Amino acid sequence: MSGPSTYVPQNGFLRWFESRLPIIGLVHSSFIAFPNPRNLNYFWTFGGILAFMLIEQIVTGLVLAMHYTPESSMAFASVEHIMRDVNYGWLLRYLHANGATMFFIAVYIHIARNLYYGSYKAPREILFILGVIIFLLMMATAFMGYVLPWGQMSFWGAKVITSLFSAIPFVGDSITTWLWGGYSVGNATLNRFFALHYLMPFMILGVVVLHIWALHIPGSNNPVGVEVKSQKDTLPFHPYFTVKDAFSLVCFMVVFAYFVFYAPNYFGHSDNYIEANPLVTPAHIVPEWYFLPYYAMLRAVPSKLGGVCALFGSILLLAFLPWLDTSRVRSSNFRPVYRAFLFLFFATVIGLGYCGSQEPVGSVVVWSEILTAWYFIHLLIVLPLLGFFETPRKMPASITEAVLGPKGASAAMVGARAAAEPSVKG
Amino acid sequence: MATATIAPGTPTRRDFLFIATGAVGAVGVGSVVWPFINQMNPDASTLALASTEVDISKLEVGQIMTVKWRGNPVFVRHRTPKEIQEAQNTPMSDLKDPQTDQSRVQKPEWLVLIGICTHLGCVPLGHDGAYDGWRCPCHGSVYDTSGRIRQGPAPTNMAVPTYSFLSDTKLKIG
Ligand code: HEM
Ligand code: FES
Repeated sequence: MSGPSTYVPQNGFLRWFESRLPIIGLVHSSFIAFPNPRNLNYFWTFGGILAFMLIEQIVTGLVLAMHYTPESSMAFASVEHIMRDVNYGWLLRYLHANGATMFFIAVYIHIARNLYYGSYKAPREILFILGVIIFLLMMATAFMGYVLPWGQMSFWGAKVITSLFSAIPFVGDSITTWLWGGYSVGNATLNRFFALHYLMPFMILGVVVLHIWALHIPGSNNPVGVEVKSQKDTLPFHPYFTVKDAFSLVCFMVVFAYFVFYAPNYFGHSDNYIEANPLVTPAHIVPEWYFLPYYAMLRAVPSKLGGVCALFGSILLLAFLPWLDTSRVRSSNFRPVYRAFLFLFFATVIGLGYCGSQEPVGSVVVWSEILTAWYFIHLLIVLPLLGFFETPRKMPASITEAVLGPKGASAAMVGARAAAEPSVKG
Repeated sequence: MATATIAPGTPTRRDFLFIATGAVGAVGVGSVVWPFINQMNPDASTLALASTEVDISKLEVGQIMTVKWRGNPVFVRHRTPKEIQEAQNTPMSDLKDPQTDQSRVQKPEWLVLIGICTHLGCVPLGHDGAYDGWRCPCHGSVYDTSGRIRQGPAPTNMAVPTYSFLSDTKLKIG
């Protein structure tokens, strides 16, 4: 699908340029002529949204960094300075803070889409693993970013999460001291977190390039999960998908703007407007909402090392999904039993998120334990076994048949060719 | 040629040079990487064991004070006779990290602890929890009046720092 480019340079200069650096042709074949399955639904627009959010975070972060001071006695004040004095500083910071939230909303939808439509299955395993790596890098980036305003939640979040490493037998304490650069989270920690928070989004950008490269080898999966069989199953990326992506992005930005302008602290925590105090832990510390399910798993296991293993294991297991799922059928639309289990799994993750936000007493503890157990049972037992026991529904022979029905499929031949025309002209 | 007479599988001079060069290269790379890793460790000025002097004359029986030492909180607790008794009478079999109360204090009335939960580093709240010692607000670890772990995810007792009594009312931590 990513064969030689069909790009035809329009004039002598472009011909001269293209024969030396064929980059316009690369863009043309990747984002203009690229054939996408014609049946993609709106869940396929979140990749574009994610790309936009990454750039948005880099741009707002860059300008925040021009006013921010990564020094423990001044960091909190410099963020207040951004909020009160810097021209439009409040806007830039609210965009960046809520941008992180919107970024995670988009990535969770994107991952859920992959689980539902089985997009991780062959031949897209590497593509999926690159996605898990991006997700991990995002979490590390957001975690370090949240430390920068140096409020109470920043400080204690940093303390608890870095202390996770102290659970490693023998070398744990040396590792935490090394991470902190002292006996506790302090100025050295803040400084290095700032440097890394600045760096990591660019690492993400690099992995995103690999991710798209790996995507453009087999092309996109689609809601029926049948591979593209002929050109009539596809439509060119431009204008069909550029417009669809753009429409979805605008809707997404309306929600984003709502939070930025009308509820900018909705996802934040008021304790983070109190400057960090190493002597007092806030009565109820919670991480940012996007970490809550993992936080609940950490607390569910009544042993320090066990909790840490559950936390990291739950994410690392995702990378093995292509092999844990033994069914060859991709789309859940044709797997009724799996589909029910998958919705249960989504409910489990949301339930864990709720548990993570509550104080660890009474039934919250019990539910955290049950849901954590089910998370692993689903991935390690249900998923491998279902592939053997479930009888999938009958699949359509092709994407076109799924869209137009068996009769329409043959009639569509002509129409689809005409629709594909712009790929030659564009 | 000399090499023609050597049986296959016998190490040659070239194999030796190959491995030796590789080994020297690995040591070289390691010695360049190490400074980049070690720069993140606390430097000598941070390590220099700073000490703090604390005036404990104002601390009434039953009160706890928190002082900052090396960036971390240290609890000084003036224990009541009841608290001391509870701590001393606890059977070792009840403890997750068995330590006698006597081994954790210099004078029974004064308990000095690094005020960091051994789970994930929060500062526990005093006079709280089922054992009237401390309770950690983060994930619910409970410590007794000797700072020993009794319930919850923390693996060990709260640590006792090095300290000494300069006088009856002055304590030196560190
Ligand atoms: C993957 C992209 C990124 C994510 C998910 C992210 C996330 C975050 C988060 C959650 C915060 C805390 C917001 C708050 O509560 O105040 C933050 C703060 C910050 N970030 Fe980022 N960030 C990203 C990229 C960047 C980049 C590329 C830079 C620098 C060029 C940057 C610079 C900053 C600065 C200076 C702050 C402190 C100011 C503040 O707290 O608002 N960020 N980031
Ligand atoms: S940090 Fe105290 S219980 Fe987790």
